[in-house]
Amino acid sequence: MKKFDKDRLILGFAGPALALVVAFALSTLVLLISNRDPFELYRLLFEQVSYSDVQVLIINQAGTYYLAALAVAVGFRMNLFNIGVDGQYRLAAMVAALVGASVTLPGPLQIALIVIVAMLVGAFWAGIAGILKTTRGVSEVVATIMLNSISTSLIAWLILPTNFGDQAAGSNNLTTGEIPEAGWFPGLPLSPDAGEIYGFTFVAAGCGLVYWLVLNRTRFGFDLRATGASESAAQASGVDAKKMILTSMLISGAIAGLVGMPTLLGDTHTYSLDFPVGLGFTGITIALLGRNHPVGIALSALLIAFLDKASSPLDQFGFEKEIATIMQGLIVISVVVSYELVRRYGTRRQQQKVGEELAAGHALTTEKEAAL
Amino acid sequence: MSTEVSAARVAPKKGGGRRRLSLPVVLLIIAGALALVSLVRLISGANDVTSVGQVSGALELAVPIGLAGLGGLWAERAGVVNIGLEGMMILGTWFGAWAGFQWGPWVGVLFGIIGGALGGLLHAVITVTFGVNHIVSGVAINILAVGVTRYLSNFTFADAPGGSSKQSPRLEEIDKITVPGLSDWMQDLQQHHWFFVSDLAGIIGGLVTGLSLLTVVALLLIPVTWFVLWRTAFGLRLRSCGESPVAAETLGVNVYKYKYIAVTISGGLAGLGGAFLAIVATSIYQEGQTGGRGYIGLAAMIFGNWMPGGMALGAGLFGFTDSLKLRGGAENVHAMLLLLAILLVIVVFWQLYRKKYLTALISAAISALLFTWYFLTDQVPSQFVDAAPYVTTLLVLALSAQRLRMPKADGVPYRKGEGK
Repeated sequence: MKKFDKDRLILGFAGPALALVVAFALSTLVLLISNRDPFELYRLLFEQVSYSDVQVLIINQAGTYYLAALAVAVGFRMNLFNIGVDGQYRLAAMVAALVGASVTLPGPLQIALIVIVAMLVGAFWAGIAGILKTTRGVSEVVATIMLNSISTSLIAWLILPTNFGDQAAGSNNLTTGEIPEAGWFPGLPLSPDAGEIYGFTFVAAGCGLVYWLVLNRTRFGFDLRATGASESAAQASGVDAKKMILTSMLISGAIAGLVGMPTLLGDTHTYSLDFPVGLGFTGITIALLGRNHPVGIALSALLIAFLDKASSPLDQFGFEKEIATIMQGLIVISVVVSYELVRRYGTRRQQQKVGEELAAGHALTTEKEAAL
Repeated sequence: MSTEVSAARVAPKKGGGRRRLSLPVVLLIIAGALALVSLVRLISGANDVTSVGQVSGALELAVPIGLAGLGGLWAERAGVVNIGLEGMMILGTWFGAWAGFQWGPWVGVLFGIIGGALGGLLHAVITVTFGVNHIVSGVAINILAVGVTRYLSNFTFADAPGGSSKQSPRLEEIDKITVPGLSDWMQDLQQHHWFFVSDLAGIIGGLVTGLSLLTVVALLLIPVTWFVLWRTAFGLRLRSCGESPVAAETLGVNVYKYKYIAVTISGGLAGLGGAFLAIVATSIYQEGQTGGRGYIGLAAMIFGNWMPGGMALGAGLFGFTDSLKLRGGAENVHAMLLLLAILLVIVVFWQLYRKKYLTALISAAISALLFTWYFLTDQVPSQFVDAAPYVTTLLVLALSAQRLRMPKADGVPYRKGEGK
């Protein structure tokens, strides 16, 4: 029987709470040192949220971040570091945009085709690292870092006008050509002039649900978590660890392939040189912050998106908007440190508790007395 | 007599099948490689491949990568994985430029080292004291370094004459040395484009022409690192923390102290690499100037099997590919295709000799592909050249990951008292 554990719940919340307090204090310190009024800045940040157009921006950004963080989190649950989400989503978005622009299918089919191509490309790119790890023992961290850089070059080559790219007259920007309107994902207008929430944001939320179901309610999810907790123990109980590594890398890559979709299908409808970059690294931050839990990740994605979007108008008020990046860095560091501290505290307390219970039951009294 | 022979034959196999190369053999291999490059140069007519400018350019590009790699080496030898090298390099570029434009280049170098070392110290606090996963900490430091430097630029460079919030004013240069007679003589020899002699002259010329004093310092750091880590008691203790911290602690080594020292030095070296980029390579600080060199440094270190010499070779290779491309080298890089193809032919024969027919077949196929590519085209897209160092690293890892040996406890969190 699973008993409701109050202590565990408190400890679970203590980590993020401690982290946010520390990060908040440190950011305030940075602002004070640089002679900026911290409370004015925080007030400005929160004032931004009251504007509906900023709200839409935040939600759209959070949806994209959510997918990136899910992709990273799948790996994390397996003890795999997919640093390569960045390269995977960019290559996937680029190839999907190319396919989308060159094929015309009726409505939903067009969207489905683009999404499937993106997932396949993402999975393929992550799969290279997976195969290198399982067959040749290459660390996935190094392999995915290399693949990130290779994908940058590959995209730069593919998008050349002499290859597959398009260059509009009088523009320096290279694109992959526009996807026909059948491939545009309808959005949800919040109010007449606030802009639309990307329809794909809801797909992202759905992915979170699937992630939770698969990890917690299926045999596969159990195997995955077991392998992450202890590879040798999982192997001993009949899990093929190598197959699990490859599969989770492929899944991680497939989700990474979706990262570019909200922007591609909802906004730009083409992959160009100014397509957002670096989302994969933000995804790592968010996955860490949300402790790989779908709800935690959603909240963290909103927090980071809030810092990103609410900070951009700060320049007009005499503040440096780069403070948001510092805050993000401080949040990650205090989060990982406080989780570790709370975990250590929890372990120590558990040991004490077990010790006390044993002593109370007089099971080990003599030994304990001897030890004392 | 007979027992002696068989023992000698068995011995190298016991050591993992790897024989130690003696100095003459190494020199022979280098000479052979140079002859091959020379041959390719004569066939393809890409005379710039081993010119004085090419070599000195490659050296300048290799130094920051090498310094980052050396930083990675120090940290990983003490058992701490340092993905944060990139962030520490960024700190180095910023601090180097900030102090450099106020108090001269050498003070800039010093501050670059301090900036990087501060990043290293933070990494040490997070990973050693708090026992957080090393890669997580490194990623966090990379984010923080970007934020901090961008934020600080607003308060410093933005108000300086000639600076902006994205770049520093121009920095003073560090003295460059050129060995008088030798440099001209080598340049002269190189211009003749003779087989072998001119290539050798080009390389020596590149090493003695317009050599920044900081480059000399950086080059010296490689043997110094080797000596400190492999020939002193301090180095032995430091490496023991990376191989087996429990055993080290049992013997009375203060594991935390050594890890702290190693990771701080690691950050300092990465910071020096950053300062080199800002002060020597470009004479200016620019946002995003490091361009992932910290990661390439890490790759160079792995390429070199966690050893200083191998790391330097890797950094040199990456610097050379960079410089080939920078010097308008569509033609030069094209010549490299031929070199690669010929190298693969040698690999084919070697694999056939070792009776590994499948590998030989694959190598032969790739080689044939490269030959066709070489003869059908005139140049290689520059984007492929960009990717070359990364593809090389992946290939090296894929082909020899089993032979590479990283420190045994590398990346494993360790808590004080585990050895008791």
